[in-house]
Amino acid sequence: MNKCCFEILLTETDSCVAYLQGDWVIANQVPTFLEVTQKIKQVECTQLDLNGESLGLWDSRFVVFLIELEKHCQTEQIKLNMSGLPSAAQGLLKQASAFPVRESGNKLKSNQSLMTRIGEKALVIYDDTEKVLNFVGEVSFSLMRLFRGKACFRRQDLWLIMQECGPGALAIVTLISLLVGLILAFVGAMQLKIFGAQIYVANLVGLGMAREMGAMMTAIIMAGRTGAAFASQLGSMQVNEEIDALATLGISPIDFLVLPRMLALIVMLPLLCLYADLMGILGGLLVSISLLDVSVVEYLIQTKSALDLNDFLTGLIKSSVFGVLVALSGCLHGMQCGRSSSSVGDAATSAVVSGIISIVVADASLTVIYQIIDF
Amino acid sequence: MTEVHIEVNNLTMAYDDFVIQQGLNFKIHKGDIFIVMGGNGCGKSTLLRHLLGLKVPATGDIYYQDINLWKITEAERKVIMRSNGVMYQSGALWSSLTLAENIALPLKEYTDLSDHEINGLAYLKLALVGLVGFEEYYPAEISGGMKKRAGLARALALDPEILFFDEPSAGLDPLSAKLLDDLILRIQESLGTTIVVVTHDLPSLFAIGTDGIFLDTISKTMIAQGAPNELLKHCSQPVVQQFLSRGMNE
Repeated sequence: MNKCCFEILLTETDSCVAYLQGDWVIANQVPTFLEVTQKIKQVECTQLDLNGESLGLWDSRFVVFLIELEKHCQTEQIKLNMSGLPSAAQGLLKQASAFPVRESGNKLKSNQSLMTRIGEKALVIYDDTEKVLNFVGEVSFSLMRLFRGKACFRRQDLWLIMQECGPGALAIVTLISLLVGLILAFVGAMQLKIFGAQIYVANLVGLGMAREMGAMMTAIIMAGRTGAAFASQLGSMQVNEEIDALATLGISPIDFLVLPRMLALIVMLPLLCLYADLMGILGGLLVSISLLDVSVVEYLIQTKSALDLNDFLTGLIKSSVFGVLVALSGCLHGMQCGRSSSSVGDAATSAVVSGIISIVVADASLTVIYQIIDF
Repeated sequence: MTEVHIEVNNLTMAYDDFVIQQGLNFKIHKGDIFIVMGGNGCGKSTLLRHLLGLKVPATGDIYYQDINLWKITEAERKVIMRSNGVMYQSGALWSSLTLAENIALPLKEYTDLSDHEINGLAYLKLALVGLVGFEEYYPAEISGGMKKRAGLARALALDPEILFFDEPSAGLDPLSAKLLDDLILRIQESLGTTIVVVTHDLPSLFAIGTDGIFLDTISKTMIAQGAPNELLKHCSQPVVQQFLSRGMNE
């Protein structure tokens, strides 16, 4: 590649010719703009003719250089004559200035005071709360339509979603709840061994799984698995204008899309929770028979005497509530998704985050309520 | 005759067992504006993916100058692919980057220019397509026509030797479509770029095409080759005549 240079010759008192040489391309070394401006300063001319006769290859780097040179000459009030350059380069330069410049007016850099920003954040939170309440309201209306038999959605959609979020999640629920049961048993065994009361591990694991952990762990799994899926499904439908298409046909998107998803989770989550309870008890059993010299029969009889139906019921009620929460947060963020592909990712993220938060908060409140009413 | 830039030799395109087009033989010369014509579903976009090296031919060869695209290593193929600029149908801009960042990304990756120079180049490319002032906008914030032009600006980022267009005028109003055609002509004129356009927009293909092929859906092969204007005058194939005259010359 030929070396680039920019040489200026003084021809008359105030007019100069600048010779541009070499391959002025991205892959080559070119004179820095500072060097060039210094050379121009030295000769102190009022007119500069560019001569490109010995210019080799050139690409858009050369055109960028010309644009900068043009700007520089304008501020220094030097007349720049480019007629000695390749006509294609002149053409590109002309093309680059052919369109009027649009100032990016609404792109103001946010440089506001702390108080303004806090205030704006507060307003956003207020808006968001209103949106959530609106959505909950719409879903309630939709539920009412369902009970009157007027909600419009496809039955096979409901079955498909049920299959996807119920049996489809069995493997991960098995693994997680078995391990949670195992962990509970380990933690309990260490303490109970001191008193020689290892058999009560069965009580601890049974109660812990049935009342708390079964519901909680399945709900969190479903928030990550199904809640995110709901948000991205509805979000990409929003991007593709599919939701608008439903609305223009007079079909309520809430009925058609949100209702089946919510029903599916309300039904499937308690079932999964029950399954998780049993898996957790199995986990506890594994620890007890292998480490604590408790036989299978002993463990099961102890579990049976420790638990009554109410304990399972508390967990199942909780998991129905969690089902509503997971479905709501997934669908809400999906329906509110923006119009670009990156907003689908944001929708999925916030669906999972708000899902998990609402699960934990609801769990705490329900546990307190159960205590008060002695359930 | 000018130098041959891309040569396609006995190419068959297929998805598994389903043959889309077969027996394709044509040459794209340097500096041509080559039009790939044909009705919906005839395999125009698939051909584009083959030419770009995104899809392996079922049989047949694709040569870039004298290099067989599928007889070289992955790394060598990447070098060839990098010298291609592509404007995808809906822009395919990266939605998490601003327009300027979209153009700067390939430059940052493949050149060792300073940030200042990269910004200058990004400015130039946006200026060429008339989007100065929109550097800081995200793709979601601009209109469909602007996205197309920004897509062209990104395709130009690395000063490609060959520019591919997938349906450049689809979804544009007639005036915008004409402006884009003018832009393509201007770029070809000033940079000498070889241009391959997949389109079925008649005004545009007559306005810019200097050579082309016609892909037929029924016989699953190319049934005509030549500049669109010449084809309209001289081609005896009824399918081609119908296509180029919107069914008038029956």
